[in-house]
Amino acid sequence: MANQRLTEIAVGVFIAIGLAALVMLAMKVSNISALTERDGYEITAKFENIGGLKVRAPVSMAGVHIGRVIGVTFEQETFTAVVKMRIRAEYDKLPLDTSAGIYTSGVLGESYVGLEAGAEEENLIDGGEITLTQSAMILEQLVGQFLLDKAADE
Amino acid sequence: MLNWLQFLGRGGLDFFERLGRGHMFIVRVSAGLPGLFLQPRLVIQQLFSVGVLSLQIIAISGLTVGMVLGLQMYNTLVDFGAEDSLGPVVALSLVRELGPVLAALLFAGRAGSALTAEIGLMKATEQLSGMEMMAVDPIKRVVAPRFLAGAISLPLLAAIFSAIGILGSYFVGIGLLGVDSGAFWSQMQAKVDVQEDILNGVLKSIAFGVVATWIAVFEGYDAVPTTEGVSRATTRTVVHTAFAVLGLDFVLTALMFGGE
Amino acid sequence: MSDFDGNGCVGNGDALVRIRDLRFCHGPRVILDGVDIDIPRGKVTTIMGPSGTGKTTLLRLIGGQLKPEAGSIVVDGKNVPTLSRKELYRLRRRMGMMFQSGALFTDLSVFDNVAFPLREHTELPEEIIRDLVLMKLHAVGLRGARDLMPAELSGGMARRVALARAIALDPMMVMYDEPFTGQDPITVGVIMQLIRRLNDNLGLTSVVVSHDVKEVSAISDCIYLISNGEVVAKGGPDKLKSSGSAWAYQFLNAQPDGPVPFHYPAVGYKEDLMADES
Repeated sequence: MANQRLTEIAVGVFIAIGLAALVMLAMKVSNISALTERDGYEITAKFENIGGLKVRAPVSMAGVHIGRVIGVTFEQETFTAVVKMRIRAEYDKLPLDTSAGIYTSGVLGESYVGLEAGAEEENLIDGGEITLTQSAMILEQLVGQFLLDKAADE
Repeated sequence: MLNWLQFLGRGGLDFFERLGRGHMFIVRVSAGLPGLFLQPRLVIQQLFSVGVLSLQIIAISGLTVGMVLGLQMYNTLVDFGAEDSLGPVVALSLVRELGPVLAALLFAGRAGSALTAEIGLMKATEQLSGMEMMAVDPIKRVVAPRFLAGAISLPLLAAIFSAIGILGSYFVGIGLLGVDSGAFWSQMQAKVDVQEDILNGVLKSIAFGVVATWIAVFEGYDAVPTTEGVSRATTRTVVHTAFAVLGLDFVLTALMFGGE
Repeated sequence: MSDFDGNGCVGNGDALVRIRDLRFCHGPRVILDGVDIDIPRGKVTTIMGPSGTGKTTLLRLIGGQLKPEAGSIVVDGKNVPTLSRKELYRLRRRMGMMFQSGALFTDLSVFDNVAFPLREHTELPEEIIRDLVLMKLHAVGLRGARDLMPAELSGGMARRVALARAIALDPMMVMYDEPFTGQDPITVGVIMQLIRRLNDNLGLTSVVVSHDVKEVSAISDCIYLISNGEVVAKGGPDKLKSSGSAWAYQFLNAQPDGPVPFHYPAVGYKEDLMADES
């Protein structure tokens, strides 16, 4: 039964390589860390216009990635977009009056939420809301505005 | 004109008849799967001939496809000064599409055709009949372990294909073309999502594994028991698997990635 | 049907297999139509007939691999076509069958082929299986060939291994599908002797399907002649030769022309030759 043993070993090696490939795809290729962000806390912010912001877009503060957008909904009463974000647990000292804005990385890059610290003593907690927000800059609107201003000048 | 309609109707009826038989067959095979837990040796034997023996072609094809992808994508991306995006572009195309689909097509050529030929020849040489006369159900003894082994093997092979492909593009991109290694991996990790991309890719390859092996064992079991019949069945396995995998890929892609 | 009941066709007690009014069609073609056959216990019964008359089909019907259109096949008191899958499998364990090609499993050695039914159906420990397999292989004279693979066997050896496998579970009945076809005279002699000896020594009931008149006459107790889906004649080998049927005479004495014409049905020879001139 030496043959049987060799077969079993070969199959074992095959399955091990296959699982290793799966693990590599999960750990090395993708952001497995996105899953560990589950243990953070959630905050929301209302924007008049979110431009091209998508779910899973990064949330950063001072240029450092501290969380992720986990949901975008539309609130009919106020006609605003409600952006739900999850912030990593270790960044739990964000002042209550932190402001949020939607920016674009580079001219054609993806949208992200940038947070700017305020001065309050108290901190944002799970379920908290950021009240100071700045809408996304919409390129078309800016160009339109610019043309209108130009026309008014003449 | 009438002849043509008759031809069409005939073809359609044949198609649905085969489809029906195929479904009845898979039900019988599924009924044989639980019994395999008592005889794991049968499955291990098949994992060897279906999975291990396909490793070589999968590894070499994965490496080549990854290297070519790296080269081609770099040439396009460098025009936009976006060569740092090489990592995510290659990884996404491999993990989402090329890995599962190409692995399934290669699998059909290497393992699927061999399964069909093996079962078809066992039928042609009355081995299946003989087994039945010995009160052993060939579907449980012969077909079910092969089906299970195929369905397990393909997802693993597809993952190996993607992983080796990414390594291949890494060697070309970083080694030959001078892309920054850190940017390659970090951009990749920022863009590729575990659930959205990797998990969906794995789900796809599981679906392909079931369909490809199903077609292979069915064609073998359903083959006309002559030399010519078996050779036709083998050809059919490769062609039908290709159609089924590509069609299914479109449907699955639409379901998984279609509506954001 | 000319009834020549030689004493060979009357067994001791009831028949092991009793077939009545058997009708079987393959698509639009009627293969068997109203066949009555009794296979006596403990005897070698041969079913003879020209190629393509459904002899092998008959064996598959007895084994339950095919379902008849009408009629009954009672094997040891059980009507095969009405059995459930489970009952059928239980019955099959008591039947052995030797296929024309041998039907050995090509990926198993001779030993493992013979051990296959024992391993599938019994919980015997490996040492006992080894003893049983060697006994069966010894009975067919191939104890020394146990480690060979089927591809390394000659046609005759493959059939002998298949025979050893067929008797592995000590069945009550063994069916032989064309055991002599395409074998050299020595092999034919060996197989003839094996069929007869195993039948008598193991107390089997044997059913042989063949069209080799000489060999069959030498070993059979009872012969059924089948043609065009019907039993044409039956009886012991000696009685059958003097059967009144013209067809049986032609078949048993290998006459080229007779009730079965030499020429495939066609229009007149002369007319046919003249036809393309018009």
